[in-house]
Amino acid sequence: MTNEALQKHIGGWFSDPGAVKLEFSEEGSQFLNISIHPDYLHELMWSLKHNKGTHLDYLFCLTGVDWGKELGVVYHLESTVHRHILVVKTLTEDRENPEVDSVQDIWATANFHEREVYDFFGIKFNSHPNLKRLFLTDEWEGFPLRKDYVDEVNMVVK
Amino acid sequence: METTIVNNNFKSEEYFINMGPQHPATHGVLRLLLTIDGEIIKKVEPDLGYIHRSIEKMCERDSYQQIVHLTDRMDYLSSHINNEAVCLTVENALELEVPDRVKVIRTIIGELTRIASHTLWWGVMGMDVGALTTYFYGFRDREMINDIFEETCGARLTMNYNIPGGLMHDVHPNFVKRVKEFITHFRIKLPEYDRLLTGNVIFQKRTKGVGVLTREDAISFGASGPVGRGSNYSCDVRKHHPYSAIDKVTFNEAIKTEGDCFARYQVRIQEMWESMSIIEQLIDKIPEGDYQVPTNAVIKLPKGEFYQKVETARGELGVYIISTGTKNPYRMKFRSPGLSNLSLLNHISIGGKIGDLVATMATLDLVIPDIDR
Repeated sequence: MTNEALQKHIGGWFSDPGAVKLEFSEEGSQFLNISIHPDYLHELMWSLKHNKGTHLDYLFCLTGVDWGKELGVVYHLESTVHRHILVVKTLTEDRENPEVDSVQDIWATANFHEREVYDFFGIKFNSHPNLKRLFLTDEWEGFPLRKDYVDEVNMVVK
Repeated sequence: METTIVNNNFKSEEYFINMGPQHPATHGVLRLLLTIDGEIIKKVEPDLGYIHRSIEKMCERDSYQQIVHLTDRMDYLSSHINNEAVCLTVENALELEVPDRVKVIRTIIGELTRIASHTLWWGVMGMDVGALTTYFYGFRDREMINDIFEETCGARLTMNYNIPGGLMHDVHPNFVKRVKEFITHFRIKLPEYDRLLTGNVIFQKRTKGVGVLTREDAISFGASGPVGRGSNYSCDVRKHHPYSAIDKVTFNEAIKTEGDCFARYQVRIQEMWESMSIIEQLIDKIPEGDYQVPTNAVIKLPKGEFYQKVETARGELGVYIISTGTKNPYRMKFRSPGLSNLSLLNHISIGGKIGDLVATMATLDLVIPDIDR
């Protein structure tokens, strides 16, 4: 599907797109971007994979981002049938206790990638079966890829 | 801990053992926590981070020219392709069109890298399942490619040749001659690989029907490269999202349907034939022209997000840059093929023996610095 067709198709799933903060954007990106409130993320993701029209069965990249005020997760999805690509983004303003629903029950690859995001950004993924640090030791303090992380000993700042 | 009584009145008990971080079959500092019952594997839990260098964090303070040099330390057997991935992302963001000469040379170098990586894999794969001779055969042939790379860019490992805008310098005058010599040599030597290992009965018994990955699971676990293609999953980035000069050549995507270790093995062997064919189609047709387009000394990407996929020897490498318009990326993510391929190890090893795990690990062709980054 083309980006316009995808946008029309997915836009019809929610009766009130404003309430779930569903927004489409192609600005500054080569793909179609969708942003959604974290509470409705799992519902959207499940439909994106299982709907025949979208059929986004390949989650090829899962990225955590620290936007300063908010923490976000970016999902890059591709369909192995239709070969279209879609980017889903979700943001949470709660930096103390950020929570996003896990999608590892939809795509198995999310299991390790969500652990990586938890390790470096401290974003908790609800209903993840094994949410613990992936690379760092359990006793590590703080989340290194956050922009406000300070380590005066080990970090070389230019 | 679970205890069960078996028929002969002996107790069977599950217990943990460590495989690695210094185990030869883990090819680097990877630690696997195995839960086993006798010799039957119940669970494989990878423990990562022994060689993590926080490359993504370092990128946030480095310039785009510097970032290129960090990437060949990830998957060090695909150095040139990793460098190319970052260069392509930066060039796309700047809307910079590189000359055809650069594209063709990049593709040739990329395919040579793939052959070099696969010959090394073939050598250690044989060694892992008990055939030491393959190691020397593999390294013998890889040596010729390393000599070509040494002459081209001065290094034999963690090589740097690509820069944003093109290549550091033109190819060596001997390049075309030596690449042709290698292809002639390797067309005779590659059938030897089949005679030595592929048809071997012991080898086939160690690999056929072992570590079976279905197509559905391959997609769900985000498998890519020969691991995905061994499971009848067409995932070659060169076919679906062509880059550099790969759209100028014809080649077949190596696909097998069985999904076991032997299928993944056959995919890599066939890929070496295909890579040789790609190089032969291009080596006499390197266009004349410049080998780089000058860029500003300080590269500033426009505000926005940029993503580029390439096919390394291990699978799909993704480079994701979020730029705010400054000289450093705001966030840089490397989607490494190794991490996704490792994540399915537990799934396909359960119920097998430790020896099967070693064969499975060998056909996943893991490079640990690529997983840890």
